[in-house]
Amino acid sequence: MHTSHAQHHDDETISLPHYFFIYAVLFLFWLLLVGNLRLQEMAAGALVALAVTLAAGPHLSIFSGLRLEAAAPFHLLRYFGYFWAALIRANLDVARRVLSPSLPIRPALVEVRTELKSNLGRLMLANSITLTPGTLSVDLRGDHILVHWIDCPPGTDLEAATREIAAGFEQHLRGFLK
Amino acid sequence: MTDILASLLIMAGLFFFMAGSIGLLRFPDLYSRLHALTKADNLGLGLLIIGLALHLRDPLIALKLLLIWLAVLAAGATSAHLIARHARRREKHV
Repeated sequence: MHTSHAQHHDDETISLPHYFFIYAVLFLFWLLLVGNLRLQEMAAGALVALAVTLAAGPHLSIFSGLRLEAAAPFHLLRYFGYFWAALIRANLDVARRVLSPSLPIRPALVEVRTELKSNLGRLMLANSITLTPGTLSVDLRGDHILVHWIDCPPGTDLEAATREIAAGFEQHLRGFLK
Repeated sequence: MTDILASLLIMAGLFFFMAGSIGLLRFPDLYSRLHALTKADNLGLGLLIIGLALHLRDPLIALKLLLIWLAVLAAGATSAHLIARHARRREKHV
C-alpha cells in the first residue's frame, strides 16, 4: 500500500489556490452551521476557517487531486446525478437478492484498472464502486482496484465487464479530479 | 398532505434498513454481507432524510440533513473497504 502510493507523492503537493478553496469550503460550512448571516458570526467564521486551514493544511495534500477549473462544478453535478441513479439501482438490486428465497448470488473477485492519477480520484472511484450495484471495492494498489462482484455470470468477458464497472464513474470523475 | 408523504418516505426508508439487516443474516460470507450493509442502508437513510426534511419544512435543517447523509455515505463506503481489505489480506496470509 505505502510503497505503491509513494510513487505518486511527488505530484501530491498542495497549491495556493487549493488552500483558498479549502478555506472557502470551511467558511461556507461554518455559515451553514450557525444558520444566519450576522456580521459577528461571519467574522468569527472567517477567523476559525483561517485557523483550521493553516493548522490542517499540511495534512490535506489529498485535496491536490481536485481540478480547480471553471467546468469542474458542472462535472461534479453530472457525477452526482449519475451517482444517485446508480445508488438507487444498487439498493433495489441488493434488496431483491436479499428477499428472494433462492438468494441469487455468484460472488467473484475481479480487478479494475483506473486511469485516474491522484489519490483523491482513486479514493472517490473506489467508494463510488462500493456504493453501486453489485460491486464492492476490496483493495486499492496503485492503479488497480480489487472489486468483489456479487453476481458474476459464468463465462462473462471479464475484461469488458470490469471496464464497464469503472467507465461510467471515471468519465464523470475525470472532469473534476486528476 | 406533506405529512402523509413524509411518513410514506420514512416507512420506505425503514423497508430498506430491514432489507439490509436481513441481508446481514442471510448472506453466506463476509463480502456479500458488506454488500447488503453498504447499499441498502444508504438508500434507507436517504429516504428517511427526505421524509424528515419534508416534515420539518426548514431549508437550513434540510441542508444539514443532506450533509449528514453524505458523511454517512463516505463513512460507510470507507469502513466497508477497510473491513474487506483486512479480510482479504488475512486470507492471503493463512
